[in-house]
Amino acid sequence: MSDKLIKTMRFIGLGFLEPIIRLTKGEEPNKNLILILKKIVAPIASVFLFLLIWQSSSSALFNIEATYRIEKAMNEQGKEAAYAMKLCIASGAVSCQPNTLPSPSQVKVSFYKLLEDHKIINADKKAFKEKTAELNEKREAEGKDAIVYTGRPSFVDQIITSIKTVFAGFLLAIFIAVPIGVIIGLSDTLRSSFNWLIQILKPVSPVVWLLLVFMIVKTLTKDSDTDSAFIISFISVGLCSMWATLVNTAMGVSTVDQDFINVAKVLKLGPIQKVFKVILPSSLPLIFTGLRITLSVAWMVLIAIELLAQSPGLGSFVWEEFQNGANDSNSKIIVAMFVIGIIGFLLDRIMLTIQKFVSFNKNEGS
Amino acid sequence: MITETIKRQEIFSPSEVMLDLRDLKKVYPTLTGDYVVLENLNLQVKKEEFMTIIGHSGCGKTTMLSMIAGLNPISGGKISVLGSSIKGPGPDRGVIFQSPSLMPWLTTLENVMLGVKKVFPHATKKQKDDICKYYLCKVGLDGSFNKRASELSQGMQQRVGIARAFAIKPKVLLLDEPFGMLDSLTRGELQDVLIEIWNKEKITAVMITHDVDEAIFLADRVVMMTSGPRAKIGDVLSIDFERPRTRKSVIDHPDYYKYRKHLIDFLEH
Repeated sequence: MSDKLIKTMRFIGLGFLEPIIRLTKGEEPNKNLILILKKIVAPIASVFLFLLIWQSSSSALFNIEATYRIEKAMNEQGKEAAYAMKLCIASGAVSCQPNTLPSPSQVKVSFYKLLEDHKIINADKKAFKEKTAELNEKREAEGKDAIVYTGRPSFVDQIITSIKTVFAGFLLAIFIAVPIGVIIGLSDTLRSSFNWLIQILKPVSPVVWLLLVFMIVKTLTKDSDTDSAFIISFISVGLCSMWATLVNTAMGVSTVDQDFINVAKVLKLGPIQKVFKVILPSSLPLIFTGLRITLSVAWMVLIAIELLAQSPGLGSFVWEEFQNGANDSNSKIIVAMFVIGIIGFLLDRIMLTIQKFVSFNKNEGS
Repeated sequence: MITETIKRQEIFSPSEVMLDLRDLKKVYPTLTGDYVVLENLNLQVKKEEFMTIIGHSGCGKTTMLSMIAGLNPISGGKISVLGSSIKGPGPDRGVIFQSPSLMPWLTTLENVMLGVKKVFPHATKKQKDDICKYYLCKVGLDGSFNKRASELSQGMQQRVGIARAFAIKPKVLLLDEPFGMLDSLTRGELQDVLIEIWNKEKITAVMITHDVDEAIFLADRVVMMTSGPRAKIGDVLSIDFERPRTRKSVIDHPDYYKYRKHLIDFLEH
């Protein structure tokens, strides 16, 4: 029973919980206690160390900024103003707070604030929907478009938009990169003829892809009122991130074990059977390694692309907060940073789990 | 000795011969000129004969076998099966490779099925299943139809390799040191499995080996190849033990050490 549980835990990447399970079953207490220290206590301690360094450096930065403000008041307006500034900063009033790296506690407060804000906006949306339900029905009957909520999106809405965009981009990358990768992997000629193009396009910065996609999509969507921001950002994400999958697929397909190829030759498998029964399965591990890189690159460039394209999502959230310059903007940016990091981590874990599931040598890999 | 060999091969009438190698030549072009691996290689394998080939490492045994399999192009001469010369690989020449070469993402049954489907395209699903299961049982894998190949030990995987090769009912079976990677106990077991299934099917077999005892135990004739470059058939030794053989009866046979000495003398010469 516990072995099965441990196996599942390992499979979904929670293997570090193994010693706790074993300890509760009373297996090898000494060894498992040491494992708990190593795998659970030590990582938690490192998180606390990180928070400590963060806290102390943010208070140091706060002090530098505060001293600067007081000195500035002194130089420009005299002693009294400086004293007033000192009191103002000490009182914690919003108007005179130094604007610098926020402390962990400030970030925590902002996090809850953002959640609160989400609840308010949600309630607002619900109310709006109820209010307009009747009117919308009528408009629909008349053949007009329904009235939709156009208020400010909440932080959670931004996250969801970002995830949707990244998945759209990821799917686009799969649909472009895997088939092309297989085709050029199968043929030496095609591989060498595409190689230059791939090598040149691969290092192109996300910004340039965004501009390129913008040029094309802007022209194509001139007459329609589709949501071009979303289209532009997901296509850019797909184009930026597909290269890892393309290269890995081509490599996986072109380096299938000669033994398998020989078996296929001896059995005289047809080309389709050869591709689907021998070549694709044996290159799946490499393809999935590529897909994993693609997804993490997609998530990384997505933030930058949203930031530049002003399309809704976490990237534009960060940028708006930075432009906003309210006293809690900085801590909101840090909240977004952690959310981005954690979602990226989760996406990678999901891909790793799928990769383990499809790969035939299940014992290998982390 | 060599002239005697050639003479002896020419007594076979065409109707007796399954596999015929004529003046076979293999050349690998290199920067410093052509490297001739095999030259003037003549060999005839009779129907229902088990032939083992023995020779030093790198003498070109595997090259010859992969040329027969059609996996390696011929530089000169001719290879024919039942009188018609071969064109590329095909299921009339089954191969058991040195490494089991099973598709690790397929089950044992699916691995065998891959070839069976190709060779018996008109059989029903049930018939094909039965063929696969019959041969898997024959190699002692009755309980492992649905195990993935990657879950099996090396020896078990090679058993699947044997089943896969026999299941497509080839005219000629080519074995490239199939037991070379196994420990001696497993090797003995697999030799028994192989010879038992071969006794039933009597498929013409050509097997490369490094192991003198294995060569004698399995073969009707042992072919000794000279060392390369320009390797050819050095000598042929007929093993006249009765079949079916058991390991014990072979070792206890008065002629056994005579054969063994002959082979070792050739190899050490």
